[in-house]
Amino acid sequence: MLLRLENVDTYYGQIHILQDVSLEVNDGELVCLLGGNASGKSTTLKTIIGIVRPRRGAVRFDGEEVNDRPPSYRIGRGMAIVPENRRLFAPMTVKENLEMGAYLHGGGAQEDFERVYSLFPLLYERRKQLAGTLSGGEQQMAAMGRALMSRPKLLLMDEPSMGLAPILVERNFEIIKEVHESGVAILVVEQNANVSLSIADRGYVLQTGRIVLSGAASSLIKDEDLRKAYLGR
Amino acid sequence: MTLGRGQPSEGGLPAPAPEPVDAADRTRVGVDEWVAEAEQRRAAQTGLSGMVVRVWERIPAPGRLAILIGPFAIFPFITSQGNLYRYGLITIIYALLALGLNIVVGFAGLLDLGYVAFFGVGAYLYGIMASGHSGHHLQAEIAIPIVVVSTGLLGLLLGLTSWRLLGDYLAIVTLFFLQAFVIFVNNANGGLNDFSYPFVGKVDLTGGANGLDQIDPFNLFGYHITTTKGYYFFTLISLILLMTMLYFVNGSRTGRAWRALREDPLAAEVMSVPVNRLKLLAFMFGAATAGFSGTIYGAVQSGAFPGDYDVGLLITIYAIVILGGLGSIGGVVIGALVVNGAPELLRSSANARFLFYGVLVLALLVAMKPWYKPVIVLLGTIAFGFAVHGIASAVWSRGTAGHIEGGGQFGRGLEHWVLLPRHTQSIAGWAYFALIVAALVLTMLHGWQRLLALIPTLYLASFVWENKLVEQVSGATRLILLGALLVVIMNVRPSGIFGTARVEIV
Ligand SMILES: Nc1ncnc2c1ncn2[C@@H]1O[C@H](COP(=O)(O)OP(=O)(O)OP(=O)(O)O)[C@@H](O)[C@H]1O
Ligand SMILES: [Mg+2]
Repeated sequence: MLLRLENVDTYYGQIHILQDVSLEVNDGELVCLLGGNASGKSTTLKTIIGIVRPRRGAVRFDGEEVNDRPPSYRIGRGMAIVPENRRLFAPMTVKENLEMGAYLHGGGAQEDFERVYSLFPLLYERRKQLAGTLSGGEQQMAAMGRALMSRPKLLLMDEPSMGLAPILVERNFEIIKEVHESGVAILVVEQNANVSLSIADRGYVLQTGRIVLSGAASSLIKDEDLRKAYLGR
Repeated sequence: MTLGRGQPSEGGLPAPAPEPVDAADRTRVGVDEWVAEAEQRRAAQTGLSGMVVRVWERIPAPGRLAILIGPFAIFPFITSQGNLYRYGLITIIYALLALGLNIVVGFAGLLDLGYVAFFGVGAYLYGIMASGHSGHHLQAEIAIPIVVVSTGLLGLLLGLTSWRLLGDYLAIVTLFFLQAFVIFVNNANGGLNDFSYPFVGKVDLTGGANGLDQIDPFNLFGYHITTTKGYYFFTLISLILLMTMLYFVNGSRTGRAWRALREDPLAAEVMSVPVNRLKLLAFMFGAATAGFSGTIYGAVQSGAFPGDYDVGLLITIYAIVILGGLGSIGGVVIGALVVNGAPELLRSSANARFLFYGVLVLALLVAMKPWYKPVIVLLGTIAFGFAVHGIASAVWSRGTAGHIEGGGQFGRGLEHWVLLPRHTQSIAGWAYFALIVAALVLTMLHGWQRLLALIPTLYLASFVWENKLVEQVSGATRLILLGALLVVIMNVRPSGIFGTARVEIV
């Protein structure tokens, strides 16, 4: 068991967002988290990486409870995140962005760069370009590359295909698959249920802060309730 | 990690809606306009300014340092005027001070309005340790490290507020700190209102409103720095060392993390940057630099006075940093030169005149494209002036009877161009009014009409300048001109002369 949320309740002030959420990601697994807008998907990822702390319940990573640990600790233990909207450091170059990803490792060893550049040859070409001037698809690669620089065991991704054209969405998921096959466990938040379930091992569906469905991706993809969950927000 | 995208989910299993295929054409999510246009702007930098920028970017760092600092280094050997000399020294001290502020505001993006308090703390602390006022005479090589360490620690304390506060809120709290400092030094003279300290009781720490006087000159390992020249070089060397150090810091992991923090604190945090620690570090570095500059300033002034460390100085230092470019190391030097040097140069009307016409011409050349338009306007204005002058000298001899005092060759030339009536008071007042109206009218005209209207307007501006403004050059005019200069510079380079930080242009 790599990651495990146990009955997590997360609040923003008085607003109760995540309600009794339990989910897990095994070593090397690819899990997707589905749900409509404002269902709490991003909040789940924020709770996992440690930007918000759950009021009840536990976040366990690699056998250790990390509830009270800051993001940097969790990243040190092997988490990494591709945040919603990517949030690259726009006026810094692609290479500097990658270096930021490896902050804990002193800015990145040669092999880290090589690994990321071989996954995304385009980033090597563009390494001196300002990240903010990349196209949406290129930015997605840069954000993924930046997250991979810290040698994660678990990669959290928040809507990686947001704002990408259909061809790029597919290409993007191929890359996700490739990263997954290199041994990294992935928890990916998606609106695009069809594509993400087609490559995932398992899936969870969130609705207004509760997990309403979960199971193997192959069975979820046929599920009638999933349609409902989406329609009902 | 922002909130929802405000885009309702499509019905059914969300199959992607038909979208434009070309990803590059789509609005770029999370991309700042400034950055998005960065390459474009670089390509657009044609002509002289573009060439200067490109050449500058090619020069290796030591070369740039030499170009920036070189003039300061030779300055003492080409001037013999004592007061100019002193002015150069103050400029370098300001540059040093601005360099520290640049760490806090430029590198880490923390809006610290209490910054100059540390400058004051440096001066007072040194004064307390070494002055006739306090009766202690510590060696500078001991006093300076004590000042640097304690201002650094004080900066760390103030920096704690930045853990929870950012932007305007941080600004207000730190500004309060500055005010508290000013009030403290105004009152800590052991008088009736003063505290009674533990162990020592009431002591006169700061001399109150009268200031702390008789501060010792630096006594470094027995070598006394007593001349302005000595301080000039001491400060210059400190500046070079600090600039070099910051250059390496900027390229280091910490420097990158600061920039990341400035751009997007949350994203920096999920890249495992210890955000809070880096904020404290920035505050500490900045405060220590300010404290160090404060000791020099105290020793140079041989005193520390409450009024010297007030909001006025804060504005000056901010102007230097912003003008030079937030986050730029070299920019600070240029900023200090402009902000500190320009008002001094403007004291003489001949210099002010050069600046006036210089700014006018430069603004035209920069603002109007393509290049031949400003040339037409300039030539047109010159011809227009001679024509008006020629006609006036035939029909209205009183209108050309005035003289330009102390304008040299240029001034004598101007006498044949601009009208100089003998009694200027009322005419100049009306002309001033007309100039404002003309400027307003200009904003409503376009194309060739504006071009043509610009010619008499410029002539009118010169008329107002020569007949009205130039007389008050040491007062209001100086400030108007300085303001205009700053506006022009900031319009040409919105992120400052050497700026790298993004600037939101709305
Ligand atoms: N910082 C915050 N303060 C208060 N409320 C918040 C905050 N962040 C999110 N919320 C609220 O929490 C709810 C869940 O937000 P979340 O970002 O997790 O949704 P999401 O499932 O990721 O949606 P989307 O698909 O639109 O990104 C929303 O109603 C949102 O308004
Ligand atoms: Mg979201």
